[in-house]
Amino acid sequence: MNINNIKKQFPIFNNKVHNNDLVYLDSANSSQKPQMVVDRIYDFYTKEFSNVGRSVHYLAVAATNLYENTRTMMQKYINAKDPNEIVFTKGATEAINLVANTFGQKFLREGDEILLTELEHHSNYVPWHYLRKLKGVKINFAEINNDGEITLESIEKSITPKTKMIAITHLSNVTGAILPIKEITSLAHSKNIPILIDGCQGAPHLKLDMQDIDCDFYAISCHKMYGPTGLGVLYAKKKWLDTLPPYQGGGGMIREVKKEGISFGDLPNKYEAGTMATAQVIAFGESIKFLNQIGIENIEKHESELTKYGEEVLRKNNSVKLVGNPKNKGSVLSFTLDGIHAHDIATILDEDGVAIRAGHHCCQILHDKLGLSATARASLGVYNTKDDLDKLNESINKCKKIFDR
Amino acid sequence: MDLKELYQEIILEHGKNPKNLGKFENFNKDAKGNNPLCGDKVHIYLKTDENKKISDIKFEGEGCAITMASTSIMTELMKEKSETEVKELIDDFLNMIKENSELKSKNINEDDKIKLMSLSGVKKYPMRVKCATLPWHTLISAMSNKPGEVNTEKEE
Ligand SMILES: Cc1ncc(COP(=O)(O)O)c(C=O)c1O
Repeated sequence: MNINNIKKQFPIFNNKVHNNDLVYLDSANSSQKPQMVVDRIYDFYTKEFSNVGRSVHYLAVAATNLYENTRTMMQKYINAKDPNEIVFTKGATEAINLVANTFGQKFLREGDEILLTELEHHSNYVPWHYLRKLKGVKINFAEINNDGEITLESIEKSITPKTKMIAITHLSNVTGAILPIKEITSLAHSKNIPILIDGCQGAPHLKLDMQDIDCDFYAISCHKMYGPTGLGVLYAKKKWLDTLPPYQGGGGMIREVKKEGISFGDLPNKYEAGTMATAQVIAFGESIKFLNQIGIENIEKHESELTKYGEEVLRKNNSVKLVGNPKNKGSVLSFTLDGIHAHDIATILDEDGVAIRAGHHCCQILHDKLGLSATARASLGVYNTKDDLDKLNESINKCKKIFDR
Repeated sequence: MDLKELYQEIILEHGKNPKNLGKFENFNKDAKGNNPLCGDKVHIYLKTDENKKISDIKFEGEGCAITMASTSIMTELMKEKSETEVKELIDDFLNMIKENSELKSKNINEDDKIKLMSLSGVKKYPMRVKCATLPWHTLISAMSNKPGEVNTEKEE
């Protein structure tokens, strides 16, 4: 598959936005979907639909096999040891809530501490915040440096004897900083602290190997991985899924239900209560195929070249200030323009078909630290080209023209 | 869509150099408003005299050109207005923005009408309507001295 021809596989690019070609630079928010993923949803509903894991009829068996097949594909994709270490959730948000809730219930007491970073998305802060009220735990934030990075040292400094969990992002959705998660994991484990990685921005862009990273939990959002909405994946080491209590209760996750009591089912059912996002899971299998067809190494290379090009173009533009300057940077370009608020930028760019995001990107802690109320963010996906970044720059210049009248 | 209609000169001017920006000592009413999705914030300070007339009004805040211009224009207009006039103006403005109607108020002169009408460009940008209306909802809350914060996500 030729990476320069990828746009053709995404039907969305056949449409015009305000009579312009779509320049989609909001993939950190959610990625577009390739035809094969869209088709899979349609085909499943038109030819193969049935609920999974419940009935013995032909369609139910076939659907169950397809559903479980995605689990195995995902296991291989991230090199997890066991397919049962893959739990489907409604999103990365639910994956993190699952861990915060069950780990908090079982292992946390008043005075215990959880270590996050200033880069965290609200999804990796708010679920832990509940434990402040519920359990009286304390939340600490490892600080960023001037380049908008989190270093191993910053984490090391923030660990105390009371730290009972470390939860950090893999790749910042604002500064683009890629954290040294393998080193941080090994540091955490040397102090007997489990670690959760919010992999929302890592999984679509970077090669993942759970056994190599060795983290305890890794949360993934499938809609950012060219997959359907309403679906996420929690990778968790089997020892945790065996030890932690169930999260939600309901059908499918039980073994025996009596008036006097209930026993719970085995993995992976234990954490998948109720009817799951069946069509989405099955279609997500196609997203994994899509990523494998291109090859994650090729994606990394393509996106890293584009990011460098984008940085170059924007640095040359005197009115643009890039947010953060991490040495190891993923495909996120956040910026501000002198005298023009991010929302005004986004509205003006939209007129040219250039889709970016403006605001705090669910990272208020970070924006407070940076002293910015809002930033504009262009984020890349596999389908983007240098031409897209040139168009971004042209539209930015148009903002100046409008505002400097 | 017409960007020139949204970003009229009058809006850019007020956006860049907002009038009545700041705080003053002896305010007797105030309220905060915020638009959590974009991070726009305004804090409005009022002094009303014994006849319930606004004798002074200022604001602190940060936000896009539309929010800043809307707050700036609003504060200019509200000075020396009575409580009933203020309420009538707010209703009139919000109706114009939300329901496509003209301004009906007889309490403002043609110049001021033009200023207010300049904000009607947001009608074509549904995501930006909140930017224009935030200060007006915040003023309602300040006038009634309601505790708490105006939040555009809980508006309706
Ligand atoms: C870093 C990060 N964490 C968590 C999330 C939440 O993911 P989801 O909305 O799929 O639950 C996002 C997505 O916005 C994100 O960028």
